[in-house]
Amino acid sequence: MIDDRDQKLLEAVQKGLPLCSRPYATLGQSIAMPEAEVISRLTRLKQQGLIKRLGVIVKHKRLGYRANAMVVWNIPDTDVKNLGQQISRFDFVTLCYQRPRHLPEWPYNLFCMIHGKDRNIVLEQLRFMTETCGLTHYERDILFSRRCFKQCGALYKTPASQVLAYG
Amino acid sequence: MLSPLHKHLLDDYQHDFPLTLRPYLTIAKALGVTENDVLTAFNSLIDDDFISRIGPIIPPNQLGKSTLVAMAIPPGRLEGIAEIISSFREVNHNYEREHRFNLWFVLIASSKQHLQNVIQSIERRTGFKTLQLPLLDEFFIDLGFPLKLDHD
Repeated sequence: MIDDRDQKLLEAVQKGLPLCSRPYATLGQSIAMPEAEVISRLTRLKQQGLIKRLGVIVKHKRLGYRANAMVVWNIPDTDVKNLGQQISRFDFVTLCYQRPRHLPEWPYNLFCMIHGKDRNIVLEQLRFMTETCGLTHYERDILFSRRCFKQCGALYKTPASQVLAYG
Repeated sequence: MLSPLHKHLLDDYQHDFPLTLRPYLTIAKALGVTENDVLTAFNSLIDDDFISRIGPIIPPNQLGKSTLVAMAIPPGRLEGIAEIISSFREVNHNYEREHRFNLWFVLIASSKQHLQNVIQSIERRTGFKTLQLPLLDEFFIDLGFPLKLDHD
């Protein structure tokens, strides 16, 4: 579990690590926490999986990864875990989640995100994955992103903010 | 243009940024450059918008309640509705997607009640219903991925 000091630290570090020689000291100053405590708390949060990763957060679009598709399937509940784990092993899959269906308008319960340099590459990766995992006979939809109206990976600050892209 | 140093910083430090007293020096030693070279390179990567920051990725629902939300908006009204949605500070990643459900965003609130209040407020202000798709199980959550940049 996280305590109040963890919470304070996470909120501070989400704004980005300062670019200076002793960034953990500078970060700590803003929340009155000693440098050693900042480092030890971040280390523990990472070990506990409360921080999934700590590092450079790249902007895929700027690096040429312009196409991103949310691919959704209607998978029997008994198979969704197994197939979700298989799908998540492909390195072009950046997220893979089970979410609830809303019948009749939304029959899909497995979601994954595929990034690629262009639309055709994304479709080719999807075809490869579909064949490899035996997904051909499941109902499916592909939702390419069109416009971003807000916050393409930028920082945001709510009291309970998280640096996480796709909720 | 991206230098070899830039490419290493982009590709090699997405997961395990050093938790040392002088992390930029740790990186510099690993790459055979100076601490100042690393700081300068990170500065330019941020200025040129290649990276948003150096920071943590935190799993959903760890620090509050979040959900993915979808809405089906008539195309002619999409921009106006999207603007209303974006004005909520609890909204992040508000995207148009190619589907009848054409507006997708993430809501992050401090509690379940707070989340429901925001959803009600969004439905009231836009006049459209929302489809709430909270996470049930995660198979993978790690936005880092190999960029396959050519290292010259």
